[in-house]
Amino acid sequence: MNELISILNGLHPDVDFAEAEGLVDNGVLDSFDIISLVAEIDSEFDVRIPAEEILPENFNSAKALYELITRLGDN
Amino acid sequence: MQYNVLEYLEDTVNRVPGKMAFSDGNFSVTFAEVYRQSRAVGTWLSVRQYYNEPVVVFMNKHPKTITAFLGVIYSGNHYVPLDEEMPLFRVGLILETLKPRIVICDSVGANKLAGFGYTGMIVEYDDIADSKSDDEVLRLIRDRQIDTDAIYVVFTSGSTGVPKGIVACHRSVIDYMEAFTAALELNETAIFGMQVPLYFDACLKEVFSTLKFGASTYLIPRSLFMFPVKLVEFMNENKINTVCWVVSALTMISAFGALEKSVPVHLKTIAFGSEVMPVKQLDLWRKALPGAHFYNLYGPTEATGMSCFYKVSREFSEGEVIPIGKPFRNTSVFLLKENNEVAGFNETGEICIRGTALTMGYYRSFDKTAEVFVQNPLNKVYPELIYRTGDLARMTEDGDLIFVSRKDDQIKHMGHRIELGEIESQVSLIEGIGHSCCLYDKSTDRIVLFYSGDTDEGVLIKQLRGKLPRYMLPNTVERMNKIPLMANSKIDRSELKRRLNSNIK
Repeated sequence: MNELISILNGLHPDVDFAEAEGLVDNGVLDSFDIISLVAEIDSEFDVRIPAEEILPENFNSAKALYELITRLGDN
Repeated sequence: MQYNVLEYLEDTVNRVPGKMAFSDGNFSVTFAEVYRQSRAVGTWLSVRQYYNEPVVVFMNKHPKTITAFLGVIYSGNHYVPLDEEMPLFRVGLILETLKPRIVICDSVGANKLAGFGYTGMIVEYDDIADSKSDDEVLRLIRDRQIDTDAIYVVFTSGSTGVPKGIVACHRSVIDYMEAFTAALELNETAIFGMQVPLYFDACLKEVFSTLKFGASTYLIPRSLFMFPVKLVEFMNENKINTVCWVVSALTMISAFGALEKSVPVHLKTIAFGSEVMPVKQLDLWRKALPGAHFYNLYGPTEATGMSCFYKVSREFSEGEVIPIGKPFRNTSVFLLKENNEVAGFNETGEICIRGTALTMGYYRSFDKTAEVFVQNPLNKVYPELIYRTGDLARMTEDGDLIFVSRKDDQIKHMGHRIELGEIESQVSLIEGIGHSCCLYDKSTDRIVLFYSGDTDEGVLIKQLRGKLPRYMLPNTVERMNKIPLMANSKIDRSELKRRLNSNIK
């Protein structure tokens, strides 16, 4: 989780990702961020997020994103 | 001969009044409604004595925003599109340049402006769109208008920190639309999916093609460009068959592997521009849509929109550059070397543009205009303006242009044209910042900011958020103890570039 938060902070150093919710709904993340995140998660966690999982609910908080990574990593 | 862009709408409304013109998926307007509302707005402005002046349209990406633009043109004024996602500081800079007497808003825009120092008239679109139009008032305006009257001012990044407003007239837009629609072989069956925001010249392609043919345009909500599968669903639901997108919007779908899951099956015409299309991504699209036509477009806002096009007609090997092709009809493009001589085949030169498609120049900025709208150095005998783009290119023996690079620190990031100097000048205004330097890392498409000073990264970004549009915010910030300087105490950009390249994993 800390690794993910540091990736997120690399994109937005001014956001408290441990607490923040609604990252997509409130416009914290934009399309550039999503592209960067998918690439960095691939290289740091060795998890490839497939297109059908790139959905608002999976990117709305660090927690949701971490759950996605864990779920995909288990398979 | 056509003199006014509104003739597109007036011809079409007679043919297909009940057809859907613009929609965002929830809210749609027919050509009859576009006609009625834009004439109402035009009349409203005109009877209040607004004429030949900037009218700011501060509204979201919505079909009504387009009707507001057309209403401003009906009144003989020029519309200035500003976006609600623009930080207020930047809106302030633009208002300072324009000094507009009136702003048309939606309800969100009205609230934003209320807390801001603007003292002119603010009117909500919905309060004037259903007012009565007066045919006689509008006829008198049309009678006194000529085709070189301005119709819009759009703002682009300026290297000194102040955005530049580019002014265009009826004639250049008509010239561009006629050539553009012929090159892409468009007609009334086109259903556009508009990706670009309305505050750029790029939206002319969809807006005026739709008005010219009686075609239809869906304004795609920008949030869909984060979620490829949802985006493709939206396109299929609305049977979108034509797109003119920035490269990064197309590659977002293909690079995520979305085309393996679902294909935008109705697409027939796919035009892209603003950045270099990677061959690997283009191949994914060609494989998914073997029957579609693909076009690479190139052009600066200063020449109204696009100036060159290339229809993809052969296979490209990876690493090869897709040409930007040949100029549109009635546009002349040539390459000048540093000594102002024409570059030979495969020699690099600056792209220079000649023709009716040239815009009028920059708003309230004669000096900046004179730097780039200059006398054609090849013509020694009478006045003739060309626009010097600052883009470098070479020409193949087939006469196709190949983009090479920029002459200066202007970059293209996610399809947006950005002057790195504009970012630096905003950074330098923040308290506690020593030196700063912005670079673009092409290998990862990131804007990288180096700085020295006491302010930490989070505080710096927070401050910048209030000053710069989101797409101009640095993607990576690196605080250094000391920024490398050259002997003349200027920042050593090449040393920082080396550092950037050595950081790449």
